[in-house]
Amino acid sequence: MEQTQCFHCGDICKKDVLFFDEKLFCCNGCKTVYEIFSKNDLTCYYDLQAAPGIIPKEIEGKYDFLNDANIIEKLVEFNDGQTQIVTLYIPHMHCSSCIWILENLNKLQPEISSSQVNFGKKTVRVNYNPETTSLKKIVLLLSSIGYEPYISLNDFKTGKEHINRSLIYKLGIAGFAFGNVMFLSFPEYFEVNEFWLDHYKPLFRWLMFAFSLPVVFYAGQDYFISAYKGLSSKILNIDVPIALGISVLFLRSTIDILFDLGSGFFDSLTGLVFFLLLGKFFQQKTYTFLSFERDYKSYFPIAITKVLEGKETPIQVYDIKKGDRLLIRNEELIPVDSILINGKAKIDYSFVTGESEAIRKHSGDKLFAGGKQTSGVIEIEAIKSIEQSYLTQLWSNDVFSKNKEDSFTTLTNTISKRFTIYVLSIAFIATTYWLFADASKAINVFTAVLIIACPCALALAAPFALGNLLRLFGKHKFYLKNVSVIEQLAAINTIIFDKTGTITSNKKSTATYDGDLLTATEEQLLKNTLRGSNHPLSRTLYDILDEYQIITLNHFEEHLGKGIEATHNNDSIKVGSAQFVGNIQDVSVLNTTVHISSNTIYKGKFTFYNSYRDGLSRLFNQLKKQYDLVILSGDNEGELENLKKLLPAKTKLIFNQKPDDKLEYIKYHQTEGAKIVMVGDGLNDAGALAQSNVGIALSENVNVFSPACDAILDASKFNQLNRFLKASKNTIKIIKWSFVLSFIYNCIGVYFAVTGQLEPVIAAILMPLSSISVVAFTTVATNFIGRKLN
Amino acid sequence: MSVIYILLSISICVALVFFVAFITAVKKGQYDDSYTPSVRMLFDDELVKEQSKPTIKTKKTSKNK
Repeated sequence: MEQTQCFHCGDICKKDVLFFDEKLFCCNGCKTVYEIFSKNDLTCYYDLQAAPGIIPKEIEGKYDFLNDANIIEKLVEFNDGQTQIVTLYIPHMHCSSCIWILENLNKLQPEISSSQVNFGKKTVRVNYNPETTSLKKIVLLLSSIGYEPYISLNDFKTGKEHINRSLIYKLGIAGFAFGNVMFLSFPEYFEVNEFWLDHYKPLFRWLMFAFSLPVVFYAGQDYFISAYKGLSSKILNIDVPIALGISVLFLRSTIDILFDLGSGFFDSLTGLVFFLLLGKFFQQKTYTFLSFERDYKSYFPIAITKVLEGKETPIQVYDIKKGDRLLIRNEELIPVDSILINGKAKIDYSFVTGESEAIRKHSGDKLFAGGKQTSGVIEIEAIKSIEQSYLTQLWSNDVFSKNKEDSFTTLTNTISKRFTIYVLSIAFIATTYWLFADASKAINVFTAVLIIACPCALALAAPFALGNLLRLFGKHKFYLKNVSVIEQLAAINTIIFDKTGTITSNKKSTATYDGDLLTATEEQLLKNTLRGSNHPLSRTLYDILDEYQIITLNHFEEHLGKGIEATHNNDSIKVGSAQFVGNIQDVSVLNTTVHISSNTIYKGKFTFYNSYRDGLSRLFNQLKKQYDLVILSGDNEGELENLKKLLPAKTKLIFNQKPDDKLEYIKYHQTEGAKIVMVGDGLNDAGALAQSNVGIALSENVNVFSPACDAILDASKFNQLNRFLKASKNTIKIIKWSFVLSFIYNCIGVYFAVTGQLEPVIAAILMPLSSISVVAFTTVATNFIGRKLN
Repeated sequence: MSVIYILLSISICVALVFFVAFITAVKKGQYDDSYTPSVRMLFDDELVKEQSKPTIKTKKTSKNK
């Protein structure tokens, strides 16, 4: 079969190919977008990248709430009547063509004065005149060209987000001071006795002093704060020896130049702070386009249509009261627990449960918040307010307000506890010795030990190793919230998987047939019948059946929600639900089935199974050697036998778990000492993801939403999980080796210090040398680990 | 040899100019998005063949230089 690609979106055109301007389009939507672009001289869009487009969706009436002045006020960043600025999140943004078209919005709508894209965050900032256009018009424009913005309850807040840039400022100041101090201290490194050099010595020294002031009191302040916090909660964290080192360096140097004892250690001081901040900066890699903090607010719409005495008005979801009649359009989310009043409801609970199959509901049935209506308009009556809904109540559990990082001691901090004690005892022993040998040198030695033992390399090893691995994981589509997740991953001993959507893929693609065998002509007729249907199950079954010659059907009729009927020559066939084909005995509810009857005689049924992800068995067999494995599923036991065959014997299989049960299960095992990784996908796993030591959200498409978690793993990399865990463990080994390396440097330095020979120039060489070699070692070693990930 | 005072103050002044430039650049948010400008820069060439209406694009080029 010849495959044709849509000129706009690049999808393969299946049927009804549209020709326009000598180009192929898969649907009317794509064609319309092309027309808009060509009319406005924007076809450059297609030159930048082949087939960059997105099929626009039907959105009629969806954004009516943007007429409400109160809602607009909360969404816009800036508004003075003449200009409004709004930042919209566009999940579809994916290539350079997207950037180009979004920054040329003013050519499509001249009232827009400018628009600027932030590709990392997938946002576009639009500047427009509200007198001639409106926010709603802009949103509709964006939607009409395929870039529908995502406006959720999360955007609904007053005040701008504050961006914290202090680390860059601090890094800038430390770097600036470091460079200048190096240049000013250079003349004294060579210890030549030259008249002019001696003459200007004090000037150079006091200038260095001036440069080091902002470094100590501004750039380095975080270390003092953190050390103070550590000490007051009786923890010797890594910042304690660092803060000690910085203050001793500064005091000793100041006293040195004050009494003309030497040139001081300002070069080492500024260099130390600069390198430390560089490490901090490096490990601060964040994936701005992903969010690890999502709760139900980012899933929910801002406004909903309320029906009152036949009139439709948009209201804010927070204002929904018990008893309100609400209108839910196609593709809209149900914001509150409610009862269906009228309309055909087909609810997709995949946000909540991860189960992709839409569920049919009838008038009078209860609907839970978080479901998405997928066929037509329905009317519902709210029975609770938004905060009291079943789904949203999960977030009142206090695991969501706990900060996981606080309760975890990093490797560096564990080492630094002993390190600090050793350094202090060496300093005191050396000082006591010198008090008797040569009392004038005692203070010198004491400070020298503290200066040289300042754990710069030690503090840099972990940030660089972990920061680098974080980037490498990101390249392999495993996105971590921060670097401490790697250390936690290396320490785990139990892995818990959710079932639906996690170890199974969202598409049901395997089916078995029970019943009387179909003859070749019957199967041919079946295949041709399915060809005409767009129902997801028909499409799946169509793909499973063997290829047959295409025949023209005499009669074809699709009964919505029931099945299909078709005739060819003298044969007729019915495909669909049990009642539809005339089989009343079948009452199995656990599985998804499609029944077949030929010439009004019942033939049999196809049962669809979840298809498990590729390499699932292999992954579990690799993992079982080192970890306890558990499957924690919210589903019924329909798949129990299947799973038993597939997975290693000691895997625990637990079914019928509610979101709270999952959370409690993890909590209970944690008290027994288990370190747990939870791999899940839906909002129903949100509690378990938050409670576990590391919560990994599996996502088919990282750009769509995943619940709050510590890491997001692309579903295509699921079978690589073991490699990621191994890489984390190896990285911890690397960090330990670089600790050894930095101890060697410290020992050399301490030798100079205790013997009273520490010159500023030695400190100035040793400190950067140790830092750079540790950084080089960790970077090379982690890159080597990263190569194994391929 | 007192020329050293002038030399020193010049060198520090030059360093300060760059330092202030860096701080203002950070403050204006130039480091917030380090990816989009690299792509945006390449668009300018393609736009030349289109009409030369003063758009945001052409304004931006002069600022970025």
